[in-house]
Amino acid sequence: MRHLANKGSTTPWLVAKLAVLAIAMFGFGYLLVPLYEKFCEITGIDGRTAGQATGVEYLTDQVDESRWVTVHFDATVNSGLPWQFEPVERMMQVRPGKLYETTYIAFNRADRPIVGQAVPSVAPGRASLFFNKTECFCFTEQLLGARESREMPVRFVVDPNLPERVELVTLSYILYQNEQATAVLAATD
Amino acid sequence: MSEATTHHDDHHDHPKGLWRWVVTTNHKDIGTLYLLFSLVMFLIGGAMALVIRAELFAPGLQLVNPDFFNQMTTMHALVMIFGAVMPAFVGLANWMVPLMIGAPDMALPRMNNWSFWILPFAFTILLSTLFMPTGAPASGWTLYPPLSLQGGNSFAFVIFAIHLMGISSIMGAINIVATILNMRAPGMTLLRMPLFIWTWLITAFLLIAVMPVLAGAVTMLLTDRFFGTSFFNAAGGGDPVLYQHIFWFFGHPEVYIMILPAFGIVSEIIPTFSRKRLFGYTSMVYATASIAFLSFIVWAHHMFTVGMPLGAMLFFMYATMVIAVPTGVKIFNWIATMWRGSMTFETPMLFALGFVVMFTIGGLSGVMLAIVPADFQYHDSYFVVAHFHYVLVTGSVFAIMAGVYYWLPKWTGHMYDERLGKIHFWWSTVWVNVLFFPQHYLGLAGMPRRIPDYAVQFTEFNMISSIGGFMFGFGQLLFCYIIWKCARGGEPASARVWEGSRGLEWTVPSPAPHHTFDTPPVVDDSVAVHKDELT
Ligand code: HEM
Ligand SMILES: [Cu+2]
Repeated sequence: MRHLANKGSTTPWLVAKLAVLAIAMFGFGYLLVPLYEKFCEITGIDGRTAGQATGVEYLTDQVDESRWVTVHFDATVNSGLPWQFEPVERMMQVRPGKLYETTYIAFNRADRPIVGQAVPSVAPGRASLFFNKTECFCFTEQLLGARESREMPVRFVVDPNLPERVELVTLSYILYQNEQATAVLAATD
Repeated sequence: MSEATTHHDDHHDHPKGLWRWVVTTNHKDIGTLYLLFSLVMFLIGGAMALVIRAELFAPGLQLVNPDFFNQMTTMHALVMIFGAVMPAFVGLANWMVPLMIGAPDMALPRMNNWSFWILPFAFTILLSTLFMPTGAPASGWTLYPPLSLQGGNSFAFVIFAIHLMGISSIMGAINIVATILNMRAPGMTLLRMPLFIWTWLITAFLLIAVMPVLAGAVTMLLTDRFFGTSFFNAAGGGDPVLYQHIFWFFGHPEVYIMILPAFGIVSEIIPTFSRKRLFGYTSMVYATASIAFLSFIVWAHHMFTVGMPLGAMLFFMYATMVIAVPTGVKIFNWIATMWRGSMTFETPMLFALGFVVMFTIGGLSGVMLAIVPADFQYHDSYFVVAHFHYVLVTGSVFAIMAGVYYWLPKWTGHMYDERLGKIHFWWSTVWVNVLFFPQHYLGLAGMPRRIPDYAVQFTEFNMISSIGGFMFGFGQLLFCYIIWKCARGGEPASARVWEGSRGLEWTVPSPAPHHTFDTPPVVDDSVAVHKDELT
């Protein structure tokens, strides 16, 4: 090369390195997916830890009788699902450490059986690490026959370690149609 | 000094006519192609903006239906960002990088031809979605799911077009890095490179780092929409907020991709017309590098309202504000360069000065948006629209125009019509402010962005803004005329062109011959834009 004697790499080698960088960054974009999931799981930020059952048993002597926590119940149905879906109770006062049960009601307005899947989340995010469900209809798919309605229980304990500042916790569900399962159902009929 | 510019005519014959432009590997030809392409896209994107402003002239729905309106906002942004601003900078790089560092051509001329010719195909595909039964994308240029996944099948074409644009940008960027690192003339040390070269080198690295991330994000959208994955589909265990993180990890560096080369252009022009060397050259280089680095850790300032933990909001708020520091360094350096200079105000200088003033206005509204509690109010309002149009139109676009006027005599061999150039500047400056300044008030008063209709109390400001929009828009036809006229003829330009110009590009004749620097020039302090104290 008549031009600047380059102390670094030759052009093909440099181009190869830059191309590898570009490909690596494409991979990095995908790597962000598991990173994000792990991050949310550890911090509870997106309230997704609410999706798993907790086997923790709380003894009654751990009940924190010194304070009340308000729990709001919220329900949303995705527009692709012809169901009605509501909590029986909108709100509850609970003692941290004590096991409570409440119920949601779902009703299938369609004339065919449909499989739904509820996706829970807890707000504020920081509270989701302390909101433990021992039983929830969101752990499994829900199959409702034509015009069938069902009461679906949720049992939960608010961890006594919930930070003092949190006085209000919202448990929210969005109900979606599980299209694959519904299609399988329709096919086997 | 400038005997380096031995002019040899057509020592190997190149194809003539239109075919020449298809097969050309000459950096000057490709630079011209990029710039013309960008101008066409600027006009198409501008026409879409006028549809938007016409609909918003009065409350109520009069001209277009809401879905088409949304297609216009989405396509306007995609066309302007990927079709007008980015290719314009790549075009300037193609023309000027070899000339400024004393190289005979780009390092990879054949790849250069490909990077350009991908673009017309990409944009034909993108624009063709307007004529498909399900229409063009209408979810905003950010393509947020779930909305973006609820459109028609034409979405697949949009993704494919974005992939093509990304490939073109990455190839262009690799070429620029290879050229700058490997093709410099003897004596052109790194710290003697003009600032335009420095800013482009850093921009090219940003492009290589983030365009693939965008490609990944849209590929996930594609598989979510057509192949049953659930990256962003909450029903399948995905999370739409994840998309916003990935998108803005690309998106914020992307906005710097669109401003760093503008900083470079302005840093060339202001010294020339102040007849001084650039003040604080080294600090300019470091400021550019730190802006580029910081641009990777501020992305979530676009998503303060999704519900982040307090700590994260504070981090992103402060990180964003820190960027104002190196940006401020640059603005002060430009002002210091002008200080006690013997300034003249030719059109390139006017646009550069307009840039400094109005980019600063955009920077200040940016700092306001970075304040978390304030952003809760301003987010997704016209205030954001005003912010990014100040940095992008009176920032990037003004800098591009400044660069075009500055180098046009070098490209064509003729001086442009100075009187018309000045009219173009003042016309644009007045109307662009009429267009965008009222949008600050609209946003503060609560008008949301991306809506075809609005509450009646917003009427006056919208009317003013629309009038500004049409005037600004039609004024750009004058720009086209000035370029056309200058290409056809005019007062012959000297090699130096400007009295105060410095740098290798001014040592070759005007118009720059087809082949330049076949024998490398020797660079010393008399031609270098920056006196390298170390040597
Ligand atoms: C001092 C520098 C800057 C700061 C502090 C800043 C800050 C911000 C913030 C906080 C937002 C988000 C507003 C919201 O959506 O609520 C924003 C949006 C935006 N900024 Fe800036 N900005 C700066 C410079 C720039 C530059 C140089 C550009 C481009 C050349 C730019 C382009 C944009 C764009 C395009 C958006 C809107 C993106 C969208 O939602 O469509 N900004 N800016
Ligand atoms: Cu940003």
